[in-house]
Amino acid sequence: MNLQNLINDVPVEGEYTLEGLDFITSGDQYLSFKLAEECYAVDILAVEEIRSWQEPTIIPNAPKEVIGVINMRGTIVPIVDLRIKFNVGQVSYTPTTVVIVLAIDTVDALRKVGFVVDAVEDVINAKAEEVKPYFELSGGIASRFVEGQINVNQAIVTVVNLRALHQFNDQSEVAYE
Amino acid sequence: MSKILVVDDSNSIRDMVTFTLESAGYSTEQAADGLLGLNKAKTTAFDLVISDVNMPNMDGISLCQELRKLPAFKFTPILMLTTESSTDMKMRGKAAGATGWLVKPFNPDKLLATIKRVIR
Amino acid sequence: MTVDLSQFLPTFFEESFEGVEVMESNLLSLTSDDRETIDSIFRAAHSIKGGAGTFGLERVSEFTHLVETLLDELRDGRRQFNEQDKELLLRATDTIKALLECEKNGVAIEQATVDEVTTQLNNALNGRVSLVSNESSGWRIIFIPEPDIAQTGNDPLLLFQALADLGTVHATCNDEHLPDFDTLDVEELHLSWQLTLTDTQASQLDIEEIFEWVEDECTLEIAPLSEPQSQTQVNQAQSSGQLPNASEQQVSNLAPSSEVTITGTPEVIESKEPKPSRGKHTDAGSIRVGVDKVDSLINLVGELVITQSMLSELGQDITSADSEKLKAGLEQLMQNTKELQESVMRIRMLPISFTFNRFPRLVHDLAKKIGKEINLVIQGEHTELDKTVLERIGDPLTHLVRNAIDHGIEAPDVRTTAGKPPEGQITLSAYHLGGNVVIEIADDGKGIDTELILAKAKEKQLIDGNYPLNIQQIYDLIFEPGFSTAACVSDISGRGVGMDVVKRNIQALGGRIVIDSALGKGSNIKVYLPLTLAILDGQLVKVCGQTYIIPLLIIVESVQMQADNIVTASGGQYYYRLRDDNVPILPLGKLFNLGSQASPSAEGLLVVTECEGQKVGLLVDDLLGQQQVVIKSLQENYQQVNGISGATILGNGAVALIIDIAGIIDLSKKHTNGVSKQTSAQEVEQ
Repeated sequence: MNLQNLINDVPVEGEYTLEGLDFITSGDQYLSFKLAEECYAVDILAVEEIRSWQEPTIIPNAPKEVIGVINMRGTIVPIVDLRIKFNVGQVSYTPTTVVIVLAIDTVDALRKVGFVVDAVEDVINAKAEEVKPYFELSGGIASRFVEGQINVNQAIVTVVNLRALHQFNDQSEVAYE
Repeated sequence: MSKILVVDDSNSIRDMVTFTLESAGYSTEQAADGLLGLNKAKTTAFDLVISDVNMPNMDGISLCQELRKLPAFKFTPILMLTTESSTDMKMRGKAAGATGWLVKPFNPDKLLATIKRVIR
Repeated sequence: MTVDLSQFLPTFFEESFEGVEVMESNLLSLTSDDRETIDSIFRAAHSIKGGAGTFGLERVSEFTHLVETLLDELRDGRRQFNEQDKELLLRATDTIKALLECEKNGVAIEQATVDEVTTQLNNALNGRVSLVSNESSGWRIIFIPEPDIAQTGNDPLLLFQALADLGTVHATCNDEHLPDFDTLDVEELHLSWQLTLTDTQASQLDIEEIFEWVEDECTLEIAPLSEPQSQTQVNQAQSSGQLPNASEQQVSNLAPSSEVTITGTPEVIESKEPKPSRGKHTDAGSIRVGVDKVDSLINLVGELVITQSMLSELGQDITSADSEKLKAGLEQLMQNTKELQESVMRIRMLPISFTFNRFPRLVHDLAKKIGKEINLVIQGEHTELDKTVLERIGDPLTHLVRNAIDHGIEAPDVRTTAGKPPEGQITLSAYHLGGNVVIEIADDGKGIDTELILAKAKEKQLIDGNYPLNIQQIYDLIFEPGFSTAACVSDISGRGVGMDVVKRNIQALGGRIVIDSALGKGSNIKVYLPLTLAILDGQLVKVCGQTYIIPLLIIVESVQMQADNIVTASGGQYYYRLRDDNVPILPLGKLFNLGSQASPSAEGLLVVTECEGQKVGLLVDDLLGQQQVVIKSLQENYQQVNGISGATILGNGAVALIIDIAGIIDLSKKHTNGVSKQTSAQEVEQ
């Protein structure tokens, strides 16, 4: 699925391609998406591709937001439903459900993970100083998953911290070498 | 451009010699033992042969003897890779028709300097 | 010209360690002045020395030089072979290895040991010779080559040029011995020269070095300019009729003569762009390739296999005019893919001798140390295994062999009393069996005393004693953590690594270990290993709509259960009575939290597997098929999952997880203790 089809009136100069990531920008860019009525965003440089829904294979006894793994061109990629993780909205999977696949630069390697979201929204340009700090309030998501917030028109977009999201609940089991 | 045949069963020495020679503008061919070297020599003319003595299948001395039997190699310089401790080997090498010997250990500069004694 | 020599070091180390192994194994088999064996030891040492010197590893080359010198004396018969030399050479070989490791990995080295062995070698050699050079400001050289000098490939002019690199050369040629033109043989040289070398730092040795290749094909005199010519040299030359009675004053009057002055500007061969080292390591029919290249090839082929099976599945349902051709093509593709996969896998395979060849030395040394006589027999060392399996199996095997030496084989007097030959035997063999490699460690020692094991296990509270165990289960107690029957922990096998670690390591490779023994006659340990870590033969099963893969290696049998044989025990645990075994039934669906799975009942399917000598039955909904699957890592993007060893991609592109039976057993233990995490099953709306 091409991002271009999802975002028709993106205020970006130049061509936007996922492979080349070759576009003119003033500051950082974020891909925003919807979970229910709330708006979130991730660093666009981490976005690998956007996929349509496919049934994943269940991982036994995984944390409940990890809904399974899929085959992505020969590598096994875990799928995390952010709606479960952040406890927002209704969880349902239809052919129009979208998965954003990201490559997260963890300490030791680039690791891939797919996020299930309700809809992909927009590409946001924001300078570093436009990303405001986030204060955790009751009912909000834990601050360790948030990098900051960006004001876009009337809305507040929450920028998620990818590294924190890639730390799954440890099963406190050490694989022996 | 002079063409040199490098015969040695040690990969590292063969790589080093080859690399040094090629960096100096010579063109090279390699063989991992005497027999393979002889087969190469039967199909290709070389300006110089550098060969180790201790090798499986055919040692350097025998290779030298065989090469001297080939018309194309009657006057071709053949250098033996050897160690200073084996004067006996030098004698046998000479008897087999070797031009001279390179004493191990040698470094790239010394190798090139020595080669200049036998090819223009 | 500077060449960065470090780029050749990895290859040098690789071949040197191989050389050390050659030295060691040949030394061990050396019993007399066997010329051929000594030759191959000498060759290996010689190569290491040469390479080390070339690549600037002086400590290695100096030390190896001593070893080589000793070997050379043995080789030439100047030295009689004896056991002392053999032991010294073995120690020296170890030292070479240690020195190499020190250079390669910066491992610290016991200098004291190196010094000690160096001293011993020097003593054995009675000191060494060194060369001294003297210096002079100028040299006179008389050079009278033999007529056939050209046939050795030497060219005097090039020698003079080399001389010119040392200083200013002034050469006078004497051509009076040239034959008449009619009788001239163009292949012969009838000229001689007198040269002077001035403005030079060169020593006599430097000059001799230039002429050393032709010293037997010429008359050569080198003298300092300050000295008069040696009369002998001239006389000699006269008697051979090559040099006129030429004294120093007469040299310039030699007639007819021609003078050549060669300036000391060496001819420089300008190198063009330095070429990168060409990967043209043409070994005798082999080629060195980085493991990463091979692995990426294996991954690609794995992808191809998946794509091919996907296409095959699709092709099944196509009905059109061309479908026959398509099917034939797909059939062909399947065949080609399979063959391609097999040959790519074979690239990673290495003979097990790489692991076995450490044992002759180990057995030799240990037996000597503890006063036992042991003969080691090795069979099937050409059996091939995946490189990674090979690398990881070394330590467990070492432990098992040490055990056989330490606890298996008895001391010679004990053996004699028992009516056995004083020399014990350990047999190490490897062979293929089904899709696996079996490595067997057999000894004819005292065997395993089951009573002793039971007593020990009770003492260590590993068992409670009112539960009868069959013999296999008793043997398997040896693998329990913290179990050791050694009366005293010797420094041989009691190195804090227990048999439990050995077993875990073997299981981590997807293998298993089986003990068999007869008291008083010996023991036999079999290690079953997969051929490769990349592919696995699996049984596909369905549980709660999910597909899982159970490795065929661990499956004993699959049964359709009979109602009479399903037994309930305390805590709601079901057992299935299979002949005289009570096999615990593990409901995969429940353990994996996949939703509801019916309780065991007649008609239910049970896949009976064996793990750690314990049979367990996995309750599944359906048996699909058996196929070879390519193993993919779950941890690359996720993490370790209990009860799952990895994943694979099925023909339809879906992911299927591979069952890890040891992990399943752990899960079930937690489950019965109520520790299992109760996460709600996913509500999936399709």
